[in-house]
Amino acid sequence: MKTKFALLAILAMFAAACGDDGGTDAASAAADCEPGETDGDLSFYNWAEYMDPALIDQFEAEAGISVEYTEYESNEQMLAQIEAGAATYDLVVPSDYMVDTMRQENLLVPLNFDAIPNVANIGDEWTGPPFDPDNEFHVAYQWGTTGLGISYDAWAALGDEEPTWGWVFDPELSGQVAGGVAMLDDAPEAMSAALKYLGYSIGDVMTSGNEDAIREAGALLKETNDRLTKYDSVSYADDLVNGEVDVAHGWSGGFAASLFEADAYETHVYLIPKEGAVRWVDTMAIPTTVEAVCSAHAMMNFLLDAENGAALTNFVYYASPNEAAIPYILPEILEDPGIYPDAATMAKLEFIPQAGDLGLLIQDLFTEAKG
Amino acid sequence: MTAPKLAPDAAVRKAESRRGVFTAMPAAIYLLIFFCTPLLIIVAYSFGTRTATGSTRLSGWNFDSYERIIDDLVLGIVWRSFWLAGLTTILCLVVGYPFAYYLATRPARIRNILLVLVMIPFWTNGLIRIFAIRFLLGSDGPVSQASSSLGFGEFRILFTPTAVIIGMLYSYLTFMVLPLYVAIERLDWRLVEAARDLYANGGKAFRKVTWPLTRSGVIAGSILVFIPSFGSYVVPEILGGAKTLLLGSYIARQFGQARNWPFGAALSVVLIVAMLIAVVVNQRSAASELTGSSS
Repeated sequence: MKTKFALLAILAMFAAACGDDGGTDAASAAADCEPGETDGDLSFYNWAEYMDPALIDQFEAEAGISVEYTEYESNEQMLAQIEAGAATYDLVVPSDYMVDTMRQENLLVPLNFDAIPNVANIGDEWTGPPFDPDNEFHVAYQWGTTGLGISYDAWAALGDEEPTWGWVFDPELSGQVAGGVAMLDDAPEAMSAALKYLGYSIGDVMTSGNEDAIREAGALLKETNDRLTKYDSVSYADDLVNGEVDVAHGWSGGFAASLFEADAYETHVYLIPKEGAVRWVDTMAIPTTVEAVCSAHAMMNFLLDAENGAALTNFVYYASPNEAAIPYILPEILEDPGIYPDAATMAKLEFIPQAGDLGLLIQDLFTEAKG
Repeated sequence: MTAPKLAPDAAVRKAESRRGVFTAMPAAIYLLIFFCTPLLIIVAYSFGTRTATGSTRLSGWNFDSYERIIDDLVLGIVWRSFWLAGLTTILCLVVGYPFAYYLATRPARIRNILLVLVMIPFWTNGLIRIFAIRFLLGSDGPVSQASSSLGFGEFRILFTPTAVIIGMLYSYLTFMVLPLYVAIERLDWRLVEAARDLYANGGKAFRKVTWPLTRSGVIAGSILVFIPSFGSYVVPEILGGAKTLLLGSYIARQFGQARNWPFGAALSVVLIVAMLIAVVVNQRSAASELTGSSS
């Protein structure tokens, strides 16, 4: 009896690990989808607080199907669900590097762009990115940057100088931040910030496998650890607004949401350091667990519509890759340099590539830095 | 003629033991499905291989993940967690023993009310209670405000090791108090009286009678506090600002961010085995002590 159970367990495990190869079936089914065509209810798995509920209602009314909308907190959490293959999600929203990972692990279905005519609305800047160079598996959803939130008081104490990563990494500058400094509890993001401060290009270091640069950045993180107040990837923006820290490393949209909720525009601001920073894009993709492949295409097309794309940005305060949507986006969002940086700043932004084997080194160095 | 006499006895015993098997069946099946199976999966994963993209390949079985555990980096984390768990256990004992002693020596009616009061915090989710502590210790919180209005300046406790210790003590104190309470309440006070009658002073009576007789409670409480604090995750993350990495967070990180499931599984397996050995050794020594003292 016991051995039988053990056997069953191991079998179940293998099934989970290998996954079923539904991708090819779904791909051939996708080829037949017409624009707006639906083939059953849609299961949409998206980041938490990343959707205007009114848009879901509108899509349900227009398409005549119902949407089962569920949320996740991290790319890895979503990936684990897809890998396990237990739930049938039709549409997911992986970030850039995660598209690369899922693509390489054959967890994504190639898209049929004939069924997504609105893909023409996406700006050229967002096509052919390093994580999916042939644009086979994703359409851009929303994008943002990773920079620094700061209180105006702390900025004044620092002499109102141009924003710099030195506020975190330079002991002289960070020593002047009375209320303390927080960093994201995220190894690739922390590493990227350190690399930028040291003057490296994140993309070059990662793709060329420059371990020396990564170790140098790791040493910098270790040196910085004792001066930090905390690491946090969840409440970094609230901590800033509530005065727990005066400088916080974090994601643009998180700061935008917290500043909006606390009406803290007079006291706090989100800035992109002069050395450049990380930019990221979240995308829509169809995982191999898909059942309603045409419905998923229909939802993508719906969200890439000019007015719908603008409605999304006006609700979540992240920038839209949808160029046709710009006339409908609220002026205060378009004029916010924290959400829509100017061209000079844009040129200094970089994606974090999927780090491959370097990923473990980066995790280890971050662990070591925390001491 | 003795054989037929024994037979019914044996039959009864057999029937009884069969009934025992049947009544234990639901629990056994439950444990098999929800405890043994996941455990087996963890063990299997710990011998798997991590691919460059971070997925786990369940083939090419190897011990790489176990070899990584003796890395200085990992041993440092284990040592730190051990130290924190030990400190938490000692603090819980120091605070919990007088507490339990007081509880157990109240009149029965008051005792029950006090016991309910001890357990009331458990009606609230642990995570929420930790966030409440976070608020108390925050720079805008009552502790800081009181100290600054008394002229001691702003009090920064949150995100320091002190905050972690406070949170751990608060979270696990009840696990220490309850077993101690049971042990002290069961104590035969006539033995203490006898000691006093034989001219032992209060301290000596405690050392020679009360403490040895309540040691089972001390051991049970210490195990109940030490094991969860060794793997604690929530308190150091929320109150400590995630600045010092402890074993619980390190394991969680392997399954999330680092996507190194084989290594996370290997760490879990080692942790489980170490705990198991500790508990067994403890019970053995407790058992031998019991038989030793009764003979």
